[in-house]
Amino acid sequence: MASSVLTVPESRTMVLNMGPQHPSTHGVLRVILELDGEIVLKAEPVIGYLHTGIEKNFEKLTYSQCIPLTDRMDYLANLSNNLGFCLAVEKLADIEVPKRAQYIRVLLTEFSRIASHLVWLGTHAIDLGAMSVFLYCFREREEMLKILEAISGQRMMTSYFRIGGLALEPPPGYLEWISKFLDTFAGHLAEYEDLLTENPIWKLRTQGVGVLKLEDGIAMAVSGPSLRGSGSDYDLRKYFPYSSYEEFDFKVATQTAGDVYARYQVRLEEMRQSAKICRQAIDRIPSQGPFRAEVRGLVPPSREEMKTSIEGLIYHFKIWTEGITPPPGEVYQAIESPRGEIGFYVCSDGSNRPYRVKVRAPSFVNLQALPRLVIGKLIADVVASIGTIDIVLGEVDR
Amino acid sequence: MESQQQDSPLAVRKLKERDPQGITEVISFRGETTVVLPRNRLIAACEFLKSDAELDFAFLSDITPVDRFPVEPRFEVNYHLVSLSRRERLRLKVKVTSKDPTVPTVTNVWPTANWHEREAWDLMGVQFEGHPNLTRILMPDDWEGHPHRKDYPVEGYR
Repeated sequence: MASSVLTVPESRTMVLNMGPQHPSTHGVLRVILELDGEIVLKAEPVIGYLHTGIEKNFEKLTYSQCIPLTDRMDYLANLSNNLGFCLAVEKLADIEVPKRAQYIRVLLTEFSRIASHLVWLGTHAIDLGAMSVFLYCFREREEMLKILEAISGQRMMTSYFRIGGLALEPPPGYLEWISKFLDTFAGHLAEYEDLLTENPIWKLRTQGVGVLKLEDGIAMAVSGPSLRGSGSDYDLRKYFPYSSYEEFDFKVATQTAGDVYARYQVRLEEMRQSAKICRQAIDRIPSQGPFRAEVRGLVPPSREEMKTSIEGLIYHFKIWTEGITPPPGEVYQAIESPRGEIGFYVCSDGSNRPYRVKVRAPSFVNLQALPRLVIGKLIADVVASIGTIDIVLGEVDR
Repeated sequence: MESQQQDSPLAVRKLKERDPQGITEVISFRGETTVVLPRNRLIAACEFLKSDAELDFAFLSDITPVDRFPVEPRFEVNYHLVSLSRRERLRLKVKVTSKDPTVPTVTNVWPTANWHEREAWDLMGVQFEGHPNLTRILMPDDWEGHPHRKDYPVEGYR
């Protein structure tokens, strides 16, 4: 947090404090705006109101105890956070995850990407005055949360991905349930599009608003749909594939206009592509097979082995009490979250707790570019610009 | 080791060619390359990595400080770079002592470094020389100390 960032304004300008309690800042974001009439002269995001020291807490926990904390950063796309952290630790400890678990991970992260984009679409539309889209989006998201609850036991804080694979065997019939949802989802997407895409009010509020130039985006290291709306195709699923993404056939959605409308189109197309990836994953996931790697001393043994062999029991106890001890070293593993590049820097000193974890939160980095979207524009467009970069304050402040 | 030498990424080879004394160490771990640099060569190396048309490290993902307390040099500052055209990552590492935890700012090379450096200063107490606005970003303005340092208790001071 930084106070008195803005110098004393000249007599004709006005300083307006937006947030931290403001419904369209999506949490506790505060933006100090200096205005000349309705034109924004300066904008300074002030963050830190939700700082909970998650990175510091990691240092006190064993590796598997860290996973529930990752849920609480980006609470709309928990599975992406779980995946990023697990992949980082797996890279550090050199664990190979079975294909079946990799495909289920892909299926569920893409599934939760759709859920996250639905929250974005609903809240973004309500910010700009389109009330009904919000209700439709949350209707579908509710169904998705039910499916996630059936699979992981939790609606939102799933913690379903674990080091070496998954927490549990998914319940019978989950693939049919997801596939039934996907059957109706294309129709729902068309519904949202009917309400917004050609809607003249929506277009007036979004086209030419909050333009991010490609060179600005790269200079500010903006990632995810916010950058792809400006013409880049930087998508970590294609650039640095992880968890078998290279085996899936999908397109990276891009637009070149760089405005709020372009990012809207990118995210809608991403939902379509995610649904396509989900379908491919459903076809690939074998019905039988291990859902966790079998690595002695690093991944907990199966329930059956723990109950029937003395060695399994010993490793079970060792892993759940002492934790695992990856070799000393440092890794950086980044994945494509719904908001952009989420990176986990995990540094080990050879003990059972991470020596240091640093999260490269996409919302934190994308938010830094906000002044470039709003300066010189109308104050009414600030709300559209905050909505379009799709921040989650839990992740910004960590 | 020899095969590693041959496979060393183009960026490392070019950095060595440009300034053989400018690299302290090259670490290769789990397919990731880390180049350790002395503090006074950092800016030149960053500018070179970004402006070299072939390497094109235009994207700075993150800046990560690590506290090695009580080992000296105590602080490490990691720069995670991405080359979008080569689809390659590179990590630069600078080590500084607790007596003088100062690193030159890279905000002039990558403007995105602004908030990362503020965070690093706020939470770890690493100074960035030449930073336009090195103030606290996550902690309250009147906070004392730097919570991510290893000698700062997780529970805080009571």
